[in-house]
Amino acid sequence: MDSIKDKKSWFEKNKVNLGKAGSIAGFFLVIYVVWQNINHYFPWNFGVIPEYLPLFRAGALATLEITTLGILFGLVLGIIIGLMRTSKIWIFDSLARFYIFIIRGTPLLLQLFIIYYGLSSVVKIPGYPAAIIALGIHNAAYIAEIFRGAITSVDRGQREAALSIGMTSWQSMKRIILPQAFKRAIPPLGNQFIIALKDSSLASTIAVSELILKSRQLASSNFMMMEMLVVAGIYYLLLTSVFTYIVFKVEKKLGVSDHRV
Amino acid sequence: MIEIKGLYKSYGKVKVLKGIDLKVEESEVVVIIGASGSGKSTMLRCVNFLEKPQKGTISIEGKVIDPKSKDLNFIRQEVGMVFQHFNLFPHMTVIGNVMEGLIQVKKYNYDEAEKEALKMLEKVGLSDKAQVYPSVISGGQKQRVAIARALAMHPKVMLFDEPTSALDPELVGGVLQVMKDLANEGMTMMVVTHEMGFAREVADRVVFIDQGVIVEEGTPEEIFNNPKEERTKEFLGQIL
Repeated sequence: MDSIKDKKSWFEKNKVNLGKAGSIAGFFLVIYVVWQNINHYFPWNFGVIPEYLPLFRAGALATLEITTLGILFGLVLGIIIGLMRTSKIWIFDSLARFYIFIIRGTPLLLQLFIIYYGLSSVVKIPGYPAAIIALGIHNAAYIAEIFRGAITSVDRGQREAALSIGMTSWQSMKRIILPQAFKRAIPPLGNQFIIALKDSSLASTIAVSELILKSRQLASSNFMMMEMLVVAGIYYLLLTSVFTYIVFKVEKKLGVSDHRV
Repeated sequence: MIEIKGLYKSYGKVKVLKGIDLKVEESEVVVIIGASGSGKSTMLRCVNFLEKPQKGTISIEGKVIDPKSKDLNFIRQEVGMVFQHFNLFPHMTVIGNVMEGLIQVKKYNYDEAEKEALKMLEKVGLSDKAQVYPSVISGGQKQRVAIARALAMHPKVMLFDEPTSALDPELVGGVLQVMKDLANEGMTMMVVTHEMGFAREVADRVVFIDQGVIVEEGTPEEIFNNPKEERTKEFLGQIL
């Protein structure tokens, strides 16, 4: 019996797991090979990012401007279409449905091109306002649906109570339904604003010098595409964070979750 | 005071009211009883046209109401309504709820409205809750605020649509007391309720509705002690 025990290998005697050892060795081998060819696998120089950040400021400002103005335009138009959508007058409702059908059913890029290129034979709209108009028109369809949802989510007893004390239909909408609907619309609206901010990048296709176009322009001269895109990405994250924070503050201030009856 | 004549109402194929005739005199308290789905709430809601009847007329003080006229908002001021689920405005304080109609409809200025609203809240015993939001008061208190909100418009008639049905049992008494006080002051009232004690004590007349028609009406003694119709007996047998 002793002889069999003696036939155990060195590995067995020292309780070394061959498979485990192999994987660890392989892992270090891969690391070694990659390290030897680091410039092939990781050819970027992210060290330049800090020095390029200031060069993107104008682009970030352009992104912020077309987004903000686009959203404001979209909000006004969206509220009007949302109200039309809840109207009992069929022609208003139908027009609003048609608008949402067309706008939500086609891509923003198409709408942007129609305004910038398509209409150019009739009226030449420069890239900057064209982007704002397209963003506004596009987002209005979604904002309208957000408002419609918020308005219909207010209990119908609220309207009945308002009517029962002699308020007109419009008064009950303005004083009772809309204030409650606005509160409920804020979280989805915040979401929509962030989508709009990112969608504004499409304006780069019509020569608006926002973040994406800026990064492509710089990259075409310094050949650091990845680095420039990362800089643009940092700015997008910064802007979306600011938006998120503002929405959070507004939600808190209005007590979106409070005052339920 | 109020006259309902030949009232028909259906939702699609479902006939809810099949020809209701009812007269309510000034200062009279009429309690409407019946099983759920009998049409009693629908009838009440037709009186201030929250439901539009297909046929029939409502007249108030001898004047037939045209639901399409501009007067409708004016008429609704004269007919206060209290709902089962209170329907307070959650984004306004208690006093804000009571002031809303005074400012928006009666065009009071802020100070007048505040004074009047406080008077109404005192009447329902809630002047100390004036500045809080409805979400922090009890169901019974909410319903009393709702009553104050309706009373602020100085209606000639008050409609109560199951005002205590959504309340915890211990909160029912306070609401019924406010309603009794109102009745004693001579308010004309139509009350849909399951509170038979209230009906017995306060009602001048009890109306029993079943399957969209008035089956029987009479004084509380007549209805509760000597019901004539089989259906009335059956209904009362089930609930008493």
